[in-house]
Order: sequence, then C-alpha cells, then structure tokens
Amino acid sequence: MDRRTLALYRERATWSIGHGDKKFWVSLFVLSSLVAAGVYAYVYQVQRGLWVTGLNQKVSWGFYIINCVFFIGISYGGAMTSAILRLTNAKWRAPLTRIAEATAVAALFVGAVYPIIDLGRPDRIIYLLQFPQVGSPVVWDLVAISTYMVASLVFLYLPLIPDLATTRDSLRPGLLRRIYGMLALGWRGLPSQERALRRGIGIMAVLIIPLAISVHSVLAWLFAVTVRGGWHSTIFAPLFVLAAMLSGVAAVIIVVAVFRKVYGLQQFITTKHFRYLSYLLIALGMGYLYFMVSEYLTEAYVLEESTAPVLEAIFTGSYAPAFWSFTILGLVFPLALAALPGRLTIARACTASALVIAGMWLKRFLIVVPGMAEPIMPWDWGRYAPTWVEITITIGSAAAIPLILIVFFRFFPVMSVHEMEEVEGAVERSGGLAPAYGGGGDD
Amino acid sequence: MAGQLSRRQLLGTLGGLGTTALAAGFVPLAFHEAGAAETGPKRQWAMVIDLRKCDGCKDCTEACQEVHHLPKSFEWIKVFEVEDKQGGSFFMPRPCFQCENAPCLRVCPVAATYKDDEGIVLVDQERCIGCRMCMAACPYGARYFNYSDPPIAPNPFQHATPEFPVPQQKGTVGKCMFCVHRTDNGELPACLEACGMQAIWIGDMVQDVATNGTETVRLSRLIKDNDATRYKEELGTGPRVYYIAGHGQHLEA
Repeated sequence: MDRRTLALYRERATWSIGHGDKKFWVSLFVLSSLVAAGVYAYVYQVQRGLWVTGLNQKVSWGFYIINCVFFIGISYGGAMTSAILRLTNAKWRAPLTRIAEATAVAALFVGAVYPIIDLGRPDRIIYLLQFPQVGSPVVWDLVAISTYMVASLVFLYLPLIPDLATTRDSLRPGLLRRIYGMLALGWRGLPSQERALRRGIGIMAVLIIPLAISVHSVLAWLFAVTVRGGWHSTIFAPLFVLAAMLSGVAAVIIVVAVFRKVYGLQQFITTKHFRYLSYLLIALGMGYLYFMVSEYLTEAYVLEESTAPVLEAIFTGSYAPAFWSFTILGLVFPLALAALPGRLTIARACTASALVIAGMWLKRFLIVVPGMAEPIMPWDWGRYAPTWVEITITIGSAAAIPLILIVFFRFFPVMSVHEMEEVEGAVERSGGLAPAYGGGGDD
Repeated sequence: MAGQLSRRQLLGTLGGLGTTALAAGFVPLAFHEAGAAETGPKRQWAMVIDLRKCDGCKDCTEACQEVHHLPKSFEWIKVFEVEDKQGGSFFMPRPCFQCENAPCLRVCPVAATYKDDEGIVLVDQERCIGCRMCMAACPYGARYFNYSDPPIAPNPFQHATPEFPVPQQKGTVGKCMFCVHRTDNGELPACLEACGMQAIWIGDMVQDVATNGTETVRLSRLIKDNDATRYKEELGTGPRVYYIAGHGQHLEA
C-alpha cells in the first residue's frame, strides 16, 4: 500500500467521526424507534407480569432464553474472528478487526440483557450477588458472561487507543479533545508504548478464546445439566460453542458488508476478505453439521424413552417444518452456496450468511422449546406461541446492535488506522520486536 | 372422622411397630443414617398413592387449590389420565415427589429452594428471583410459576412462610409441600383428606407408619406388599412418592 492509498485509508476510516448525513439520522431515528418499542414492551411486561408473554407452566422458557443464546452467540464471531486472525497474524485482517470487535461487544450487551428480561423478579437481581449458590448453572452464567464482557470491552479498547490519540490530535482544544485525550491514555506512539500495546493485545487475543468458549459452554450446561430428553447431552457444550462461532462469523460477514457499502470502504475491504471469511464459515458449518449428526444419530439409534418423543416431534412431528428448514435452508444450502466453484460475490456470501443466521436462531428455538414442551410426565405435550410482547422485544433488541454500531462509529474510526499502518510497516519499529500484533513469541 | 386423626396420636400408637420394622432390616426404606431415629430428625415424610383406587375425580387438586388459594391452572397435585397397554386408561395423581436427590435444589442460583429436616422441598418466595431454572430441572413438572398475581387470599398467618406460602407471590415459583403447615399441627394433607377413595397415604419413614385417613399401617409393609414403585426411579432423584399399580397399570406407558 503506497502513501497515497494509506492516506485514503485514513480518510475513509475516520470519515464517519462526527459525520451526520441524512442517511445517518434516518437510520438513527428508525433504529431508536424500534429499540424504544422494545423497551416499551418490556416496561409493559414488568408492570403486568410475565403472563403477558406466551410462556406458561409447561413451556416456561421461550424467546428470551433463545435470544440470549442467539445474541451471545453472534458476539462470538466478532471476538473469535478477530482473535484468531491476530494470533495467526493474518495481515488482511486490518480493515476488519474494528468492525468485528465492535459487533462482538454490541451483540454481547444485547444478549446479556435477556436473562434479566426473563426474570420473574428483576427487582431481586442483586440476590445473585448477595446469596449466590455456586452449584447453579445460572451463577456460572453470571460469572462467565460478566468476565467475557469485561474482556471483550478491553479487546475492543486496546487497539483503539492509538486511533483515539490520532483523533485527539486532530481536534481543536476543548471538551471533546480532553475526553479523547483521557481515553487515549497519553498515547504518543513511543516505542515503549507500542511494545506495551502489542503485548496487551497479544494477551487479550489469547485470553478471549477460552473466555468465549467458557461462556457458551455454561450456556449449554444450563440445558445439559437437566434430565430432559434432548437436553441432557454431553456434546451440548462444544455444539453450542461451534453454533456460536458459526452464527458469529455469518454476522461479521453481513455487518462488514453493510458498513463497507454505506461507509464506502470498497477499496479496502474487497471480495478477498469475504472469500476468507467464507472459508471460516464453511469450516465451522461443516463442523457443526458433524456435531449435529453425531448427537442425533446416537440418540435416535438408542431412542431412550425420554428422548424419543422429542426426536419424533423434531424429525416428523410438529417441529419438523422448522427442523428441516433449518437443516436444509439454514445449513446445507448456504454452505454449498458459499463453497460453490466460481467467483464468490459479496452478495452470495451475504445470502449464505443471512440464511445461516436465521437457521441458527431456528436451531436455538428447536433446542429450547421442544425440550420444554416435551412430555416429561408422559402424555402431556406443552404449547408455546409468543405474544406481541416477546416479538417486539426481540425486534427491538436486534435493532439495538446496528444502533450501537452506528453511534459507536460516529465517535471512533470504523477501520483501525494504526493497525493498518503497522501491518504496512509504516509504524516505526523499536529494535525489531514482534512483527505485528499478537505475532511472534518474543515479547 | 378421618381428618381429625392426629398425627401425634397416630405416631404414638404405632411408633413401636416402626422400630420393629427397622430392626427387621427393611433396608430400602429405613432412614439412611444409622441411629437417625434417635439423633436425627423425628420424621421423614413419604407418600403412597394407590392407583387402583384413584377414580380421577380431582377432588385432591381442588382441595389443594382451596387450602393454598391457588388459581385453577395451579395443579400442585395434578391428575394425569394414563393409557395403559391394554387400551384402557387409569389415573395418576402427581404431587411433588420431595426427591431425596432433588434436581431442582442444586440449580437454584440464590438457594431460594431448600429441603427442611423432614425431607420436604420448600421454596422461599421472599428469596426466589423467578429464573425458572428449577422448573427446567424438575423431571416431573411439579413446579408452578406465578405469571400473574394470585387470587386474593385470606391469610391465617401474619406472613406467608415457605411452609404455608399463601398468598403466592407474583414472579416466583411455588409447589406442593405435603401440606407441612397441616402436618406440623397434627393434621393430614388437604389432598389426602379430600380423597373419597382413600387412595392417598401419607407416611413417615422414620417411625415407619402410614395412614390414608381411615387406616393406619406400616409404611414399609404397604410399599413392599403392594410392589409399590416410584416414577422414573432410574433418574436417581430418589422420589419420596410411591405408586401402587393395579393389573395392567404400568407407569411407563
């Protein structure tokens, strides 16, 4: 990348800061309205009680638990993609990491709100800290999610520091400049600072992977530690982790494609990036398919009394349309679409990703709802249909992710400038230390 | 009158029999720890339900709802109609099984649900945060969530207690607790009293006695002589409710 391209890159990356065109305000308005509708539905629910939802005595977990698993899963793609790309020192990552990490944080916050939305007595949430019973998977979730939340914030923040300093230096003296100055922690690009930052990012890239795995494992154990058919499965934790990464990478593809187009990043985020991300998508999808076959085959072969009704309902019964839509339209077809020979277009990658994301939501539905509705006392199937409250909250929460992102990128560069400079060798090296973030074991 | 049969009276008369049964070595039913009868809790409650007698009238459910001031959808003791393998059907009332190894206890994040020293699984509705993890964990569907405010109930106690959680609190979980507020006062559980068929027996595993309100027998003999079984025993939850099945009645139908 020559100096002129690099300058253009800087211009594009920081273009959105403080920039509010009509498109921005319209998006802000539409997304905020959707979020406000969701908040209204939640207030309505708190005032009246959970009876306003479709939940009932038999199916006492529904959309909220599904959404919790789904959105936290989405947040994985961002964190893991960025961590893996940093650790393997993939140079092409530079324009993507910021969007990926910001998506991770946004989706995580949305997902983490869901267990609270689901509580019958949210006013007592403090009891989780006052009287925690460590044997409960709910407490494991609390610990794992909050740890991961802090880690993913740090993971977003660290690479942002040099860019914050650049923004600080471009501002006139005033309050805004002081705020950026505080956030930049006195960054001046000194060799010692560069060294410390590389080290910090390297540590976070290593840490975020086991943390992310732990979060989805304990989410899986929420189900797997019960004796319900279809839930009490040893493969659940790795299955959940893979599902999360799969849906997460799909989400990164879509978010990157949208920001590429709207923010005019076409020159720097190219088909190549989508091809590489699609490789990840295909690999994860194949892995997921394998885990899923392994789970269903062993269960269906033995057909224990507790699992038989659930499998029957999923394969041929009332949940069959959802299950086969997921398997074919949400997994096999999109993987084939992404893997097909010929030039992979961005539209094709996005179509595949959208189908995968919808499919993974359906799969979570197929885990939670039949597992709840199944006849644990024989002869007693439950029913579940969400009301407008759950649907409005779901839509509002989904809108919260792009809302957080567009607001975030109004204040911070959409692509990491410093990282690109470093990858391109434009940053002065101090005595030939690590070649790039996270790379090399010598620091 | 059956309902007035005092537990103390009952246990006083039949305590001797219980000791004999323990000495005779009826191990499966004996209280686990040696010497528990002397040093441990006085009672360990169990229930025996005679499926041969149950006619599915649901008087037990209604009596329970009346005593606890519950809405109709709260069937703390729920009567299931079960099809047997000969094409007929029979009825199976399901209270809480007060499992010895209760899955619902471990999963509670705030320890709102606990077991008292007589083996009854209770819920402290002042503590419950309403996450419903216990409902997911219970393999018998014995727990009920208060989605809305319960019907207004006159409360004979000053405050609702885990032993007598009336009125139920919105946003928390409730369940059958073998009417401990009654057994503590020498009365029989409401469902048992209401059962016109005398199909429900309440028993004490320590003293080894059981009564259905009209008869009083040795609990271990009642279970053994009638081949009483526990529902989904293979899960290892150790239910404290036994079922006496009749000809053709099979719980795993």
